[in-house]
Amino acid sequence: MRRLFGFWGGIKPDSHKNESTRLPVAKAPLPSLLTVPLRQNAGASPRIMVKAGDPVLKGQMIAAPEDGLSVALHAPTSGHVRAIEARAIAHPSGLAGICAIIEPDGAERWVELEPLDAARTSPEQLRRRLREAGLVGMGGAAFPSYVKAGGTAIDTLIINGAECEPWITCDDMLMRTRGEDIVGGAIMLRELLGARKLLIGIEDNKPEAIAAMRAAATRADPGLEVVAVPTRYPAGGEKQLIRVLTGLEIPYGKLPSHFGVQCFNVGTAAAVHRAVSRGKPLISRLVTLTGNVAEPRNYEVAIGMPVNELIALAHPQADTDRYLMGGPMMGFALPDLAVPVVKATNCIIAASPTLFPAPTPEMPCIRCGACAQACPAELAPYELYWFARSQNLGKCQEYHLFDCIECGCCAFVCPSRIRLVDYYRYAKSSIRAREKDKLAADHARERYEFRLAREEREKQDKAAKLAAKAAETKAKLARASAGDESAPASESDDKKALIEAAMAKAREQTTPALNTDVHRMTAEQQAQVTVAEARHAAATATAAKDT
Amino acid sequence: MITALLVMALGAVLLGAALGYAAVKFRVEGDPLVEKIDGILPQTQCGQCGYPGCRPYAQAIANGDADINCCPPGGEDGIRKLADLLGREFKPLSGEHGVEKPKSVAVIDENVCIGCTLCLQACPVDAIVGAAKQMHTVIAPQCTGCELCVAPCPVDCIAMVPIAESMDSWKWKYPVIEIRKAA
Repeated sequence: MRRLFGFWGGIKPDSHKNESTRLPVAKAPLPSLLTVPLRQNAGASPRIMVKAGDPVLKGQMIAAPEDGLSVALHAPTSGHVRAIEARAIAHPSGLAGICAIIEPDGAERWVELEPLDAARTSPEQLRRRLREAGLVGMGGAAFPSYVKAGGTAIDTLIINGAECEPWITCDDMLMRTRGEDIVGGAIMLRELLGARKLLIGIEDNKPEAIAAMRAAATRADPGLEVVAVPTRYPAGGEKQLIRVLTGLEIPYGKLPSHFGVQCFNVGTAAAVHRAVSRGKPLISRLVTLTGNVAEPRNYEVAIGMPVNELIALAHPQADTDRYLMGGPMMGFALPDLAVPVVKATNCIIAASPTLFPAPTPEMPCIRCGACAQACPAELAPYELYWFARSQNLGKCQEYHLFDCIECGCCAFVCPSRIRLVDYYRYAKSSIRAREKDKLAADHARERYEFRLAREEREKQDKAAKLAAKAAETKAKLARASAGDESAPASESDDKKALIEAAMAKAREQTTPALNTDVHRMTAEQQAQVTVAEARHAAATATAAKDT
Repeated sequence: MITALLVMALGAVLLGAALGYAAVKFRVEGDPLVEKIDGILPQTQCGQCGYPGCRPYAQAIANGDADINCCPPGGEDGIRKLADLLGREFKPLSGEHGVEKPKSVAVIDENVCIGCTLCLQACPVDAIVGAAKQMHTVIAPQCTGCELCVAPCPVDCIAMVPIAESMDSWKWKYPVIEIRKAA
């Protein structure tokens, strides 16, 4: 039995997991139109490779990874590209992003798949496959997996099946039904990273998932350890799960890989297996549909399916007033129901006033410290709240605001019902914007100073050129005068000679202009002019008669 | 009496020499205060303050020639930071130097541009590319929105377009509680 460690804080909210695990996983039907957002992960967007009207096959790459942390994007089904345009996407801002609109033809024709044999493929090739299969972390942050799979000196690989947030059960159902895929992907990642230990952490409120994973693990590799961790939110947070399983605490500003630990979500592990041994890119995922609906259930959903068509499958109750994407703790209310499901979407909850009562008015902070007791990042939320509220961003950073994982434990326990996380999010994005502005200003200063230096250099170059030219003319004149007279020319003679030369030049230039002068025309030319003028006079006379 | 005077004089000479040496040896290049003020200014180099660039304005503030509320692109935030740095009282933006506007970039109407290069010469950060009798265009990420290129354009083909909010620039808003009518 492995020794487990605890982490500070955390809460135990009602789990509400049983609602959506009663029915087996179902495949959601294809919608009339799929909206696939180009940008689905942290980092850069891939480059679009199709245009409106193009036919696409299921699994065909429609956007290729470019520089930055971009990964590929694929058509979730076969059909035609209707448009590439800005559409509302699942983001708390409600802003639009560039999407590929695909009209399915219903044939589900796959592109030719190229499975790899993981044992005979080089690590670089495997990582390229992860990137080209569009793999990102499926726990919610959507960080490109090929980057995380490139860590060196990794000792322990952790597969995260904790799924600590209430209501969400997609990882639970995935572990129950696709244990082999997860274990297969986990073993591939272990070989890729060269890790010695492989742990799968699952919260102990999911006994079926633990049993299924244990069975799959013993079949595949007896060295693989499935560990039941105590149920406490947020045990599924990366740093918290690492702490529970290994006792390691990841300090401020460091990554788990600095300590020889790497963590992947179970969904990511299953997708790795599919991408490598079957050659299938990430084009669908499990999504929990729960809350105030008649038939809560997990669905296998194509990426790009509009949320409103998905919700209709579960028959929401009449008193549903809004929909949350993600869990109740860290998710956000959808500003628009036409938004599509993306690679990071794990759950959609129908909310009603009875299930999720509207927040009561905020009361003043009484500095009771309950938030500090609950904070799993061991921060002082009441201090951060105070600084964020007064927009004292420097102090926020001093109190390690960026260690906050926005889990919402502090707001959950706050007796004054202060929406603390909203303040932290505000402060974080303000600090990021400020740093970006500062960088831009430094860049502008650099360019400005360079321009000034360049102008100065040009001025000096010009002055030097002029001086050189003047010296040359002077020398030429001196030579000329030395030829005419034996006596050296005086300063005033020099000037006179310069003026003389300039006048001669001016005369030369004006002489050809005089050729056009009437008085200097030849007799022949004057005759031509007279003829032309007579012709013109006759023409005007006839024109006047006609009118 | 004489000895005492001599001792004091000798001491003064020695200490003076030490101070003089230190002043030369540990001389600080440039004015650190000017650097700090320049760091707060937005580096648009727009000249709205009446000085030919951000650095000259920083110099003027440090010398006490200019007030801290003459920079419209820096806005109230900038004035607040300057007030904090210099230990002065905050004052609202002075109206004679302009008003705070949303961040914008210059956009050249490329159908109208005649390729006169006047805007190229006006741009303080070399954010416009082009050549004589060739179409000019603005490198948007480098544009500071100083508007200095707008006036010299003989065909009025440069417009200042406010930067729209994008996924990258979107920020969480300051939490406010909606006041709703009770029932």
